[in-house]
Amino acid sequence: MPEHTLAIKGLHKRFGSVVALHDVGFEVRPGELFGFVGSNGAGKTTTMRIVLGVLTPDSGEVIFDGEPITRAVRTRIGYMPEERGLYPKMKVADQLVYLAELHGMSSADAQAATQRWLARLDLSHRRQDEVQKLSLGNQQRVQLAAALVHEPDLLVLDEPFSGLDPVAVDVMSQVLREQAAGGVSVIFSSHQLDLVERLCDRVGIIANGRMVAVGSVEELTSSAETQLEIVAPEAEPGWANDVPGVTVVEERPPRTLLKLAAGADDQAVLQAALATGPVTGFTRHRPSLAELFRSVVADETGGRVDA
Amino acid sequence: MRDEVAPLTAVRLVARRELNTRLRTRSFVLSTAVIIAVLVGYLLLQASIFTDAARTDVGLSGQASNLAGPLQVAGEQVGLDVHTSVVTDKAQGRAKLEADELDAVVYGNPAELKVLVRAELDSRLRTALTELSRQQILAGELAKAGVTDPQEVLAQAGQADVAVSTIEPAGAEHGQRLGIGLVMVFLLFMAISTYGTMVAQGVVEEKASRVVEILLATVRPWQLLLGKVIGIGAVGLAQLMIVAGVGLVMAMASGVVTLSGVAVSALVWGVVWYFVGFLLYATIFAAAGSLVSRQEDVQSVTTPVTMVLTIGFVVGLNLMLQNPNGSGVVTMSHIPLLSPVVMPGRITAGQVAGWEIAVSLVVTLATVAALTWLGGRVYHNAVLHTGSRMRVRDALRGARL
Repeated sequence: MPEHTLAIKGLHKRFGSVVALHDVGFEVRPGELFGFVGSNGAGKTTTMRIVLGVLTPDSGEVIFDGEPITRAVRTRIGYMPEERGLYPKMKVADQLVYLAELHGMSSADAQAATQRWLARLDLSHRRQDEVQKLSLGNQQRVQLAAALVHEPDLLVLDEPFSGLDPVAVDVMSQVLREQAAGGVSVIFSSHQLDLVERLCDRVGIIANGRMVAVGSVEELTSSAETQLEIVAPEAEPGWANDVPGVTVVEERPPRTLLKLAAGADDQAVLQAALATGPVTGFTRHRPSLAELFRSVVADETGGRVDA
Repeated sequence: MRDEVAPLTAVRLVARRELNTRLRTRSFVLSTAVIIAVLVGYLLLQASIFTDAARTDVGLSGQASNLAGPLQVAGEQVGLDVHTSVVTDKAQGRAKLEADELDAVVYGNPAELKVLVRAELDSRLRTALTELSRQQILAGELAKAGVTDPQEVLAQAGQADVAVSTIEPAGAEHGQRLGIGLVMVFLLFMAISTYGTMVAQGVVEEKASRVVEILLATVRPWQLLLGKVIGIGAVGLAQLMIVAGVGLVMAMASGVVTLSGVAVSALVWGVVWYFVGFLLYATIFAAAGSLVSRQEDVQSVTTPVTMVLTIGFVVGLNLMLQNPNGSGVVTMSHIPLLSPVVMPGRITAGQVAGWEIAVSLVVTLATVAALTWLGGRVYHNAVLHTGSRMRVRDALRGARL
């Protein structure tokens, strides 16, 4: 199903003198869960709003199904805005039916889809309640139902996990996985990097309006510098200084923390360590997405990280 | 795969939502009931003023006691509904006057009638009594002169009347026309300002709840705006029809309004001008609403618009009370932002040539077109703007921040 690929190409957007996006581009493939991470104000919401046509870019384009996104294509997108958007005084079911119909569903289909999603998200008993009478967690579920009710081919979710309790996080994760498994392309932004790491097939990191990394979590973390933790009780301080391809991060006998340059041979490091005497620990430590995020964003912003 | 929703389908869906969510509300039922209550109260007041003004209770004493019949006849001629009763003497009559049971006590010789009242004798009753007294004298003189049937001569003389042609509607009709016209002006002002403000609130509700972002991802701004205006306009029209319909039936039933043709045509013109006026103001209200992001700020942007409408209503109403054909009313009925409130009143209460109505309608519709374009532009540019209040100039220029 290559036609369900979302391709974002060369987006530029300025707000007055502020450059919000600079040459932002990436792809979300069909059936893929794509995590979009970045600090506050990095450009995630702006990018998503442009995908939805709520904002117009200064240049660049958004392609879905091999064509620039038109209004007809947008009826196939499910959208959850960052600040939740539902009519506070409208009944849950009426609201979902209305949104489904606005997305081109027939009245009967809209009713059926509403029933289905309310049941799936465990909201059937609240169908006749006004949205404002629901708890925040339940409002969030309704919001998810609003994004899904018209059976979209692409889901664009801005911070879908923020403010959810652990149970709701599980429900949300499960629904997103199911959607991706059904061939829907899913892009969502989040500050919960552990969640993104666990859930997403691929991740894009944006900082100051520029994409600084795109790839699978595996690719991103393995391309980054790897750290080695070595426990060598008899090693003299400074033993690793001359080993090629490493820099010493920290020496705290008997532990030594080394940074391994990309492509350097960790076996050579082990040899050097064994040369000092027994080695009781040798751990290859791959950075988490959160650590990776901090390092790339720090590089980009000159050390300021506020994610 | 689904297609884009047809443009008019989107407008219809939006309008239907507005209609469904607003027509069913308790506030709609309540406000309709309150307006009807006010209108009925006004009608009852009118009805009681009419009957009170026409009825007068006269106590007859002594020789005057047998004047009951002639006095009623004389009263009819001057438009008074005279109810007579006999009082035993002047003292009893005085007591009844003080108790407000009588309006006048008549006593004395029929040729030299005397009247006792609380403070002032109604001028029509004075005319009737004077006429009666003259007739008594005249009848006596005629009899002395040898006329065999003086009453017949008097009856013949009483039938004499001048033939009157009017260039303006006759008094009673004039009053009714003015009354109907003023009620229509009031209803139009209420409907346009209430439902116009509701458009502004609806726009801000969508902005404040951010639902507008979801909507605009699939619907164009003009479709959302048009659907909203049509939907809320229809709710306002429904209320106007209910209120005016009930008012009309009540007015005819109570006898306050007897000119059914005038009243029905006033209602028809009212509906026509409601359409034009609501379209005119709704887009301005929507544009004003789109400049702010919170319900608390709605009033600050709608007040200038409501002010224009209120000035048209208050000034128009007062000028119309003085003279519905005065130059002030005529001028106002041709000013686009004021005409929807003033013109329908003028059509009912005064004289308007057909071409004047046509010109006023065309000018107002042209203004509707211009303001819809401008207002639509402001709305389009401002509706996704959040945070502080946006300036109209920025919204018109299209600087989206």
